[in-house]
Amino acid sequence: MEKLTHWWWKGLAAALLLYTVTAGLLLDAPRLPILNETIRALHFHVPMWFGMLGLLLLSVIYSVRYLRTGELRLDRHAVELANAGLVFGILGILSGMFWAYYTWGDYWSNDPKQNASAIGLLIYLAYFVLRSSFEDDHQRARISSVYNIFAFAALVPLLFILPRLTSSLHPGNGGNPGFNAYDLDSKLRIIFYPAVIGWFLLGLWLASLRVRLRRLHDTLEENL
Amino acid sequence: MLFQEVKALLHKELLLEWRQRYAFNGMLLYVTSTVIVCYMSFGVRSGMLTPPVWNALFWIIMLFTAVNAVAKSFLQEAEGRQLYYYMLASPQGIILAKIVYNALLMLLLTGVGLLFYSVVLGNPVQDIGLFIVAMLLAALSFSATFTMISGIAQKAGNNSTLMAVLGFPVIVPTLLMVIRIAKNAMDGLDRSLSLDELLTLLAINAIIVTVSLLLFPYLWRS
Repeated sequence: MEKLTHWWWKGLAAALLLYTVTAGLLLDAPRLPILNETIRALHFHVPMWFGMLGLLLLSVIYSVRYLRTGELRLDRHAVELANAGLVFGILGILSGMFWAYYTWGDYWSNDPKQNASAIGLLIYLAYFVLRSSFEDDHQRARISSVYNIFAFAALVPLLFILPRLTSSLHPGNGGNPGFNAYDLDSKLRIIFYPAVIGWFLLGLWLASLRVRLRRLHDTLEENL
Repeated sequence: MLFQEVKALLHKELLLEWRQRYAFNGMLLYVTSTVIVCYMSFGVRSGMLTPPVWNALFWIIMLFTAVNAVAKSFLQEAEGRQLYYYMLASPQGIILAKIVYNALLMLLLTGVGLLFYSVVLGNPVQDIGLFIVAMLLAALSFSATFTMISGIAQKAGNNSTLMAVLGFPVIVPTLLMVIRIAKNAMDGLDRSLSLDELLTLLAINAIIVTVSLLLFPYLWRS
């Protein structure tokens, strides 16, 4: 992530998101029963989950690298990527609940994916509670890296396997029309894919800013 | 080599347990009193305890028993003695021995718990064989997950809040699978219907044990 010092990818993120917001709200969308115009949530709700998983995966990679080398710099990246992932997760769950109220009729309908995402958020909140219980920097970095990897390994079956074992209300599950079923003319795809990339880059941007802030705090503390 | 190490360490754990009888007796009383509390607060005669509730209640009792029983696994021994073990044995041996020991402990506790629970609250299970399989797998996965979590919590000053906060979200996929298998066993469904859940549970266990083996060396080094 240190290599991403150039400004071009930030410009790309801004451009893609600008495109997502205008095109996602204004361009023609397929008319479907029940979903109607809420189908546009695809460009804002689904990329949150993609972004969250991508950021958390990067965070785990940094945790593994920390355990191999023991450089605190890597732990800074791991924690801030997890932080950004958590923000995406919370936005994803809120936008999903808002959408569900208008399509499924309730904010929370005991859907396996909803439950799984709530548990996933609990895991990462626990990660931050664990971090705050240490005094020593290296001890904190090592133990929380271990928990980060352990929790991610436990989260993957939760998010990918369990919702597929039971029927879900989500589009594409349990006989509900999925992304492929209502997207024959690729009208949504030309907005959806740029949206995923744009939101993910925004998450990276957020995390890199926080990492720089944290680095400043650490150097200030050292020089005191 | 590793096998012999695990055997020796397991023998040590069992011997320690037999001499003190602290964890086992304490946990036995914990299970018994929880069941009695449930019995009294539900007021069984009013017929509130439908089979799904019976099932969920049983596994919640077992979950709390597991958290409390396994939390002791790193607490029991003084820090100096742990350092001594770490010089003698490999970290993989230590975590494997702890997992096996905790699995045995949990198996005994769930067994005794089920017996007492059935005596007090009745036993609507139709396929007892499948239910016992679910108990076996539950004991194994509870012990695998919570042993690692208790190792982490111990490094963070060993408070039980942290143990629950860290452990509960991680155990949820396993618990859901176990409850589903147990429900199938209660309804006496054909066993082939539970095959999916059994395989998923085994796969989750395999992931957790592998990750524990890989990560524990980093945990005890501090």
